[in-house]
Amino acid sequence: MSVLQTIWLIVRKDLTIETRSGEIAFTTLFFAISCVLAFAFALVREGKPPEDGGAGVLWIAIMFSGNLALGRTFERERQSETLRALLLAPASRPAIYLGKLLGLMALLTAAELLLVPLVAYFFQAPMFRHPFWLTLIVVAGTMGFASVGTLFAAMLVRARSRDMLLPVLLYPLTFPVIMAGVRGTTALLQPEVDYALVRFWVQLLISFDAVFITLALWTFESLMTDEPR
Amino acid sequence: MPSWFTRTAVACAALFIAALVFVALAPYEKDMGLVQKIFYFHTPSAWMFLTAGVVCGISSARYLANHSPKLDRLAWASAELLVLFGAIALVTGPLWARKTWGVWWQWDVRLTSSLLGWMIGVAYLLVRRYAGPGSDKLAAGLALFGMANVPFIYISVNYWRTIHPPTSVVPKLPLSFGVPFYLSVTAFTLLFVMLLRLRVHLEEQRARVDSLYLSLDE
Repeated sequence: MSVLQTIWLIVRKDLTIETRSGEIAFTTLFFAISCVLAFAFALVREGKPPEDGGAGVLWIAIMFSGNLALGRTFERERQSETLRALLLAPASRPAIYLGKLLGLMALLTAAELLLVPLVAYFFQAPMFRHPFWLTLIVVAGTMGFASVGTLFAAMLVRARSRDMLLPVLLYPLTFPVIMAGVRGTTALLQPEVDYALVRFWVQLLISFDAVFITLALWTFESLMTDEPR
Repeated sequence: MPSWFTRTAVACAALFIAALVFVALAPYEKDMGLVQKIFYFHTPSAWMFLTAGVVCGISSARYLANHSPKLDRLAWASAELLVLFGAIALVTGPLWARKTWGVWWQWDVRLTSSLLGWMIGVAYLLVRRYAGPGSDKLAAGLALFGMANVPFIYISVNYWRTIHPPTSVVPKLPLSFGVPFYLSVTAFTLLFVMLLRLRVHLEEQRARVDSLYLSLDE
C-alpha cells in the first residue's frame, strides 16, 4: 500500500467516525463560539470593539478549540486502544502522522469557517476584504499549530495527566505561530494594507510549517516506539 | 557527597564573596547609577540560562538518536538549571528595566525569547514530574522542538523594535567595570558546572538504587 493510500485511509476513517457521531465537531464548534462570545462580553464596550482586537480573538479561539479537538481526537484513539492497533498495522509511521494531521486540519478548518465570520461580526473586523491572504494566513497558522499538536497529543496518549500536559507542552511551543498569525491578520485588517508585511508573516508561517512537519516526521517513529526493556 | 564537592563549593563561595566585594567597590555608571550594578548578576545568569538551554537541547536530540540514559540525565539536570538561572535573569532584568526604561516589561526580542524559552523549560520539568512512564522521550521531544523554536521567535520579534542593550557592550567594558563583571561570570560558571555535576550524580545514584532494587526482586 502506498503512503498516499495509507494517509487517505486514516483521514477517511476519522472523518467517517466524525460524520456518524459528530462528537468532536459539534463540541469543538460550540466551544469555539462560546470562546468568541466570552471575548465579546469582556472586550466590547458600548458597541465598540477594541482596536485590532479581532485578530487576537480569532487566534486565541483557534488555539483553545484546537487544543480541545486534539485532546478529544486522541482520547478516542486511546479508549479502545485503537492507536496501538494503528501503530501495529503494516503502515509507515510518517503516513499515520500525516493522516492524523490532515484529519485534524479538516476539523479545525470547519471550526474556522464558523469562527472567522463570527469574529468579523462581533468585532467589526473587515475579515473578508482579502479572502485569499486571509485563507493563506489562517491555513498556514493552523497547520503550524496542528503539526506540533498532533505529535505531542499522540505521544501523550500513554502519559499520566495528559489533559493537563497537552496545553502545558503545546502553548509555549506554538506561541511563535500564534504571534505570527496575529501579526499577519492584524496587518491584513488595516485600512491601507502593507502587502510586503503580510507576505513576510505568511512566509514565516510557511517556513515554520516546513520545519515543524519535517521535524515531526523525523521524530515520530522514534518517539512513538517503545524500545524493549 | 562526591569527593570533589567540598573543594568546589569552597572555591565557588570564595569567588562569589570576591565578586561581591569587587562589585561593591566598582564605580557607579554615570547615567544609571546604582541600578547598573544589577548587571553583574543579570548578565552572567542570563549566559548560564542560555548555556543550560544549549546543553539540554543537544543532549535531548542525541538521546532521541541513541537512547543513552547518561544523556537523558544530563538533559534533565540542565533543564532544572535553565529554570533556575532563567528565573534569576527574568527577575533581575525587569528590576533594572523599571528604573531605566520606566516599565517592567517590553515585548522586545530578547525578553520575549527568554520568557518563552524559560516557559518551555518549566514545561519540560512538569512533563518529567507528572507524565509518568515514557516522560523521558516526551521531554526530549519537547526540548528538540523548543530548540527549533528559537530562530522563529528571534525573527518574528526582531521585526518589532528592540531596546535591550546589545551584547557589543560587554567586550568594550573598561577595567573598573570589567574586573568585577568577569569575576562574577567565573563564579556563576563554576556554580553552574558544580550544580550540573551534582544533579547528574544524584540521578546516577538514583538509577543505581533502582537497578539494585530490581536485582533484589529477581
